[in-house]
Amino acid sequence: MASVAPTAPKVQGPPAELEREPLVLNNRPLSWISDQIAGIAEGKAAKWWWPAFIVSAGGTLMMATMIAYLISTGIGVWGLNQPVAWAWDITNFVFWIGIGHAGTLISAVLFLLRQKWRTSINRSAEAMTLFAVVCAGIFPVVHTGRVWFALYPGYLIPFPNSNGIWPQFRSPLLWDVFAVSTYGTVSLLFWYVGLIPDLGLMRDRAKTKVKKFFYGLFAFGWSGANRHWSNYEKAYLILAGLATPLVLSVHSIVSFDFAVSQLPGWHTTIFPPYFVAGAIFSGFGMVLTLLIPLRSLCKLEDIITKRHIDLMCKVILGTGSMVGYAYIMEFFIAWYGGNPYELDLFIRNRVADPFIFGPLFHVDPAPYWWAYWTMMICNVFTPHLFWFKKLRSSMIFVWIISIFVNIGMWFERFNIIVTSLHRDFMPSNWGMFSPTWVDILTFVGSFALFMTLFLLFMKFLPVIAISEVKGVTPQADPHHPLGGAKGGQH
Amino acid sequence: MNTASQSQPETSISPTVGRPFAILAQYENPADAMHAAEQVRDAGYKIWDVHSPFPVHGMDEAMGLKNSPVGYFTFLGGVAGFTIGMTMIWWMGAVDYPIVVGGKPLFSPLFAFPVSYELTILLAAFGSVFGIFFLNRLPKWYNPLFKNRRFELGANNDKFFIAIETADPRYSETETRKLLESTGSKHIELVEE
Repeated sequence: MASVAPTAPKVQGPPAELEREPLVLNNRPLSWISDQIAGIAEGKAAKWWWPAFIVSAGGTLMMATMIAYLISTGIGVWGLNQPVAWAWDITNFVFWIGIGHAGTLISAVLFLLRQKWRTSINRSAEAMTLFAVVCAGIFPVVHTGRVWFALYPGYLIPFPNSNGIWPQFRSPLLWDVFAVSTYGTVSLLFWYVGLIPDLGLMRDRAKTKVKKFFYGLFAFGWSGANRHWSNYEKAYLILAGLATPLVLSVHSIVSFDFAVSQLPGWHTTIFPPYFVAGAIFSGFGMVLTLLIPLRSLCKLEDIITKRHIDLMCKVILGTGSMVGYAYIMEFFIAWYGGNPYELDLFIRNRVADPFIFGPLFHVDPAPYWWAYWTMMICNVFTPHLFWFKKLRSSMIFVWIISIFVNIGMWFERFNIIVTSLHRDFMPSNWGMFSPTWVDILTFVGSFALFMTLFLLFMKFLPVIAISEVKGVTPQADPHHPLGGAKGGQH
Repeated sequence: MNTASQSQPETSISPTVGRPFAILAQYENPADAMHAAEQVRDAGYKIWDVHSPFPVHGMDEAMGLKNSPVGYFTFLGGVAGFTIGMTMIWWMGAVDYPIVVGGKPLFSPLFAFPVSYELTILLAAFGSVFGIFFLNRLPKWYNPLFKNRRFELGANNDKFFIAIETADPRYSETETRKLLESTGSKHIELVEE
């Protein structure tokens, strides 16, 4: 090793214009990364944290009150009824589950694709996944009114009850229960495994006995030993390999709830891939909504760099294009498939606005035309603004677009569910849906719950995977001069 | 120290407290730690480890570690999940309470697949996580290294350590220290149990 000739060939880097921007800017040392990220959770909360927490916790309390009112009074307090027997509850459920998908995509799929930039955002995106699954899970559980039946006679979980009846395994609704609960559990495991080395660091840094005890308890005695890292890395790779088919299956199964039925607008084979693309699209929207304020409030601009935001915008552009393609293809097939109900549903329930398409097709305006066109503008038009690099590098602009994506994706689910149900085969069976104040406050409360959980996460745990970010810096590479490699030694 | 005290160290040194646990060498960067690890490996040590704040690429080879067997745990979990899923659905629907719905068969692997697939992933994930805990012998809340201030400040932060335990058959107070000194470590110290 020491006898390597001094004339060992010097490896040339790529030409300047192809040189990638580093993932951690300003050549920050490893200890700076520890201090900066762990510092957010240590010490006193930032000035903005308490007001944000009080508002979110208040909203969560409001949601709890609404749910208590729903359970004590009955589901009549919600606006759903025949023919729209599924309304905001399932819309919110699908919306929140979709939000979660970006976390798993970032942590698992980008890991398998060796996209190193994921390290700066995977922890918070995975936390977002977990909290989104919590918000999602509330709606199917409470939407029956008598929540205790979910467990005891076991309409959700197979449970031996007094009548000896088991759940109906031929139903996609039950597949959904398994998909979502597996998704929540595996996401938690994945997130926790990723946290263990950072909990070790938090334990080592802890100043008080109580903190040392709790961080130490959850760090399981992590010492950074390479024999441990070796098993850890393999398990992390395997978990990424397991989470990838899982994330694709979850929203596919969610889409089966609709696609397996006979209803026009739902009975479509394009649903599984279209739901998955939409889920990733909406999830990245939410990641940007959270991370753009987070990076400036917590001074993380050197770790969540503009390049990270730029790359996320490109993912939004890609998945947004898939979603746009799916919308148009769905419409095309409604015509090309030759099913009059399907085509009628599209034109008369969705597309026909009072100004352009209604007069064009000579039909009355669809009652929910505004919902359809909100979705089209937010999901099909706005992401294409990200073709422009200038727009991708303006944080305020990206943040505003991310809000549009969130709105658009909520309306997508509203469209699929309400516009399909409110007018199906028989005009005598037609009706309208409008939400009640309980519907609205429960939904608003779910955002508050999401924010509360996220703020608590920020307060107690490192928001960025410290050990992973260190691992992608040049100082961490034993073959890089900054990692201590002597010229020509390796 | 004479030879008599070396042959029976436990009686000569004060009991339990102060018994050496490992010799700890600090390195400033991953390349130095890796070259040192290569030398420790070549010297034939068995009970030792490299501690780093992140997994160092190439360290497994430098330490002479074999491929991690976590995958076997994953596989066992996956097989168990799929079997449990299929068997549960078959038993509940076709044996325990057979009830025909819409003229469909009482059991078919097709409708049982989504649930079995999810259970495969669920138990495979649990298998892998259990696998790391089992293979790493964690949780282990007491580790003598944690008492070392230098280790506490550096091991998960920005420093690299090699710890050779005194339990290693090749361990010798002088020779091991010499070896670590020759690898270029600036700080070498004995950690007590």
